[in-house]
Amino acid sequence: MKGETGKIWTLHLAVIAALFAAQFLLPQYHATNLARIMVLAVYAMGYNIAFGYTGLLSLGHALFFAAGMYAMGLPIWQLEWLPVPALILGLVAGGVMAGAVGLLALRTAGVSFMIVTLMFAQAGYLTLLYLNTWTGGDEGFVVERAYRMIGGVDLAADTPRYLAALGLFSAGMLGCLWLVRSPFGRVMVAMRENEERSRMLGFNPFRVKLIALVISGLYAGVAGAAYGLLFGYVGATFATIQYSILPMLYVLMGGAGTVLGPFLGALAMFYLIDIASGFTDAWLFVVGAALVALILFAPKGILGTLRERGLKWLP
Amino acid sequence: MSFGPFLLLALLEGTVMAAVLALTAVGLSLVFGVMRVVNVAHGEFFMLGAVGAWFITYYLPLPPGLAWLVALIIAPLVVGAIAALADVTILKRLKYDPEATIVATIGLLYILQQAALTFYGPDARPVEPPFSLRLQFPWFGYSGYKLFVVAAAGAILLAVWLFMTRTKAGLVMRATQVDMETARAFGINVDRVYAGTFALGAALAAAAAVLIVPIQQAHYLMGHDPLLLSFIVVIIGGLGSIRGTLIAALLIGLSDGVISMFFSPTLAKIIATLLVAMVLVFRPQGLFGARA
Amino acid sequence: MTTNMTGFAPSRRTLLKGAGAGLLASAFAPPVWAQSAPIKLGFQLHRTGIGAAYGRWYERTAQAALKVVNDGGGINGRPVEIVFEDDGTDPKRGAEVVEKLVSQHNCDLIFGPLFSHVVIGSAPRAGELKVPYLVCSEGYHVASGMLNRWTMQPGITDVRAQVSSMAPWVLANLGKKVTMVFPDYAFGHDHRDFFSAAVKAGGGEIVGLIAVPPTETSFTRYLPQIPAETEVLYHVMVGPAVLTFVKELGEFYGSGPRPQIFGFIDSLEAVDTASPGLEFLEGTHFWEGHNRVKQADAPDYETTYRAAVGVDDNGASVSDAKDVSTYAHMFSVWETLHVIKAGMEASGYQGVGDRQKFVEAVEAMTDMPAGLAHVQGDKKFNGKTHQVFGHQFISQVQGGKLMRVHTTSLEDGMYEDAVDYSTQSF
Repeated sequence: MKGETGKIWTLHLAVIAALFAAQFLLPQYHATNLARIMVLAVYAMGYNIAFGYTGLLSLGHALFFAAGMYAMGLPIWQLEWLPVPALILGLVAGGVMAGAVGLLALRTAGVSFMIVTLMFAQAGYLTLLYLNTWTGGDEGFVVERAYRMIGGVDLAADTPRYLAALGLFSAGMLGCLWLVRSPFGRVMVAMRENEERSRMLGFNPFRVKLIALVISGLYAGVAGAAYGLLFGYVGATFATIQYSILPMLYVLMGGAGTVLGPFLGALAMFYLIDIASGFTDAWLFVVGAALVALILFAPKGILGTLRERGLKWLP
Repeated sequence: MSFGPFLLLALLEGTVMAAVLALTAVGLSLVFGVMRVVNVAHGEFFMLGAVGAWFITYYLPLPPGLAWLVALIIAPLVVGAIAALADVTILKRLKYDPEATIVATIGLLYILQQAALTFYGPDARPVEPPFSLRLQFPWFGYSGYKLFVVAAAGAILLAVWLFMTRTKAGLVMRATQVDMETARAFGINVDRVYAGTFALGAALAAAAAVLIVPIQQAHYLMGHDPLLLSFIVVIIGGLGSIRGTLIAALLIGLSDGVISMFFSPTLAKIIATLLVAMVLVFRPQGLFGARA
Repeated sequence: MTTNMTGFAPSRRTLLKGAGAGLLASAFAPPVWAQSAPIKLGFQLHRTGIGAAYGRWYERTAQAALKVVNDGGGINGRPVEIVFEDDGTDPKRGAEVVEKLVSQHNCDLIFGPLFSHVVIGSAPRAGELKVPYLVCSEGYHVASGMLNRWTMQPGITDVRAQVSSMAPWVLANLGKKVTMVFPDYAFGHDHRDFFSAAVKAGGGEIVGLIAVPPTETSFTRYLPQIPAETEVLYHVMVGPAVLTFVKELGEFYGSGPRPQIFGFIDSLEAVDTASPGLEFLEGTHFWEGHNRVKQADAPDYETTYRAAVGVDDNGASVSDAKDVSTYAHMFSVWETLHVIKAGMEASGYQGVGDRQKFVEAVEAMTDMPAGLAHVQGDKKFNGKTHQVFGHQFISQVQGGKLMRVHTTSLEDGMYEDAVDYSTQSF
């Protein structure tokens, strides 16, 4: 057990170190991509906490992502807030939105849970369009460069942006690692594996799932807020159903219920699309085929399969 | 326009919408009822039906009415065959696990959409209606074809009902729905029932699309709305209940037309979506479904 | 898909290879370039997603313009290449495509996007990368001051100027009481706000505003909301359901009395006006950014342009009469490429180090005379707001064809500057 803990920490710290080094080694194009991927990976890690560890298949996470993004962007745009409080508001908004949705949606399970979350997200998207006077509707709005400075550091410049993304990613990953190795993390997994049994052991399934969903929402919210702030745009497309499917895709690809899976999945999926679109118009086909192939042949994803084949200690 | 004619028009429109919706949603409901599969690609089968109708009417050297009639028969058959293929190659291998099939049908959705974009193109293309008849009311004009759509959808639904209740195949399907294991024990080829059900569900969506395509146009992204609406209808009607689905389609179709007379239509859509979510939360068996 | 085009159709290349004969080769030979690297232009293309119908024609227009530019000696004596990248009509991917075109393909600048949300989502990254970003989008987001110094719209008039310039004619010729039907999102709201304002300023009255949700596929139930006192019905619809809207309008009014109808051609872009069910459009009016049907007084360059982009006298593809072009908008791609050429030549553009000089050169432009470089007509560029102003056309459907009845003046569309980009830092 002790040896495993050592291995686990070494691996995850090594990933962070490698990502830190990557900005100096990679050409600019790939460095910026990696910054995007790290923020999206935070979103996917949040999704993984709900889906991979707790077994909640949601199709409404775009609502939490967009809640964070707009809670960050709107106060800056309309009320001239500073970025730090705006970011914090984004984080909180994701959690609050997930809590509100969870209070209702968690009364259902399985397929119904999926459809209820989908409906809430759709209502959220339509609300953004409906309140276009305040939200900018489908066009969205630009987060002006002057508002993307934190303590004199320009987040729109490549190095600070990369470091900010890396900082967020590291915090998210270590937080996730801590969470899943904590007693509560084990209860989450127990809930996924056998809800009845955990109930008999004295855990309240509703409460456990709600807490997991709120944590998941916090991740999605802060990722949405960071994406808007680091890349300077807030728009309603981020609230569409595609952006609920995206983290699911990342998680499935990388391995549901693994700490590093979401990042690996986001990385693989991003470059799959990027490279495929260099060869063919039909990159949508590539995405579809990847989904089908994954679920057919590697339902546990990259890391899930590795874990089965020997790396049993992988968290 | 005064309130009376306004309401009449809203009701007419609502009926057309309800008819098409019923046809689409019954397909989704059937698949869910018998197979316990949430088919996220259902809207794409609808789209394929419309696109298929365009190809058939465009390339068949027949007069428009006749070509359309051919499309009404051929397009659902082709789409059904594609669905059966998807069932055998993908869903069956997943052992119809509910969550895995959702992911797989999302993948299927992208694949079908891309296929339509590649082979059909990005344009919205019209299909000529089999006949053009305008009914002139004192206050407004209305398309006679739209009323024909209602009748045709009704006839197809009646046929489905007869099939389900009066034929052996229908009986087998219902038996499988009630208890798959027992059905298998009685020598029913469950695999074939599932493939057939999936094909039938897709074919119904395709038929609805062939009916609607002379009113709308065939477009590769047209499957999104029918999917969401069908979900709504199937939920309100009670997952898997055909009768509930029909009543819900009528309810949704009519109320959508009438609600948007009083509210901003976007707001009406938000309210409707939230209401559906609430129904599922507080009455998971649907408004008309029997208690589980 | 990434495609590199230098403006020579593949068929011709094959022909060259196949024939191999010197004579044939010289007959089709491109200009002889000095030993210089090509100028690379990035094109952000809506190849998939909701904008795909436009994207297809934008790509064809870009390739046609590219061929003309290269046949005319390229830019600053260098050959020109266009790298096309699909943005999926999605703002997130749009920003990534900007990145890819600049950092990976080393493009000198980027042009071509139409949809507003893609433009707004991508412009910040273009500004950060300090790369000129020339959009062909019609939206009032450039001149409103929302974007940055690197983003310009020199190829097409924005919607605010379009609608303001036409209001006086509509009020004088069609009627004073106007009802507007528009999509319930940003593009529609621009129409609502600026046309309403222009109508009020011109002494008219807006009697009805009917916003249709963007996802709607059937419109009949909105039509009874048109007030009976309406004299002019103004409609603008976009997206795949446009034809449905126009058809249902026809069914609704039928043979009964109806108001004058004035529409934006967006309602029928890429759609044949002679489609069955559209007979009732006879006699109604449309705004056109560029006349789809070749007019009797069309100048020579118009003929040349049509031949180059492969569009016949009715505005459809020469190879398929049912494949109707997005004629009222796609000229913007052609003209933008010519502005790029003019700007690069005025600034003596050599390489990426001269990007700032290029922007300053475009900002210094004012009058753009009609001709092969500006096939839609003469224009005036406002270097402060980065927005161009051109003539607008009002056409009437006569015998199933759109015939021009009025041309607005440049001044009709001008409005007060909301921003001065030229004072912003690079």
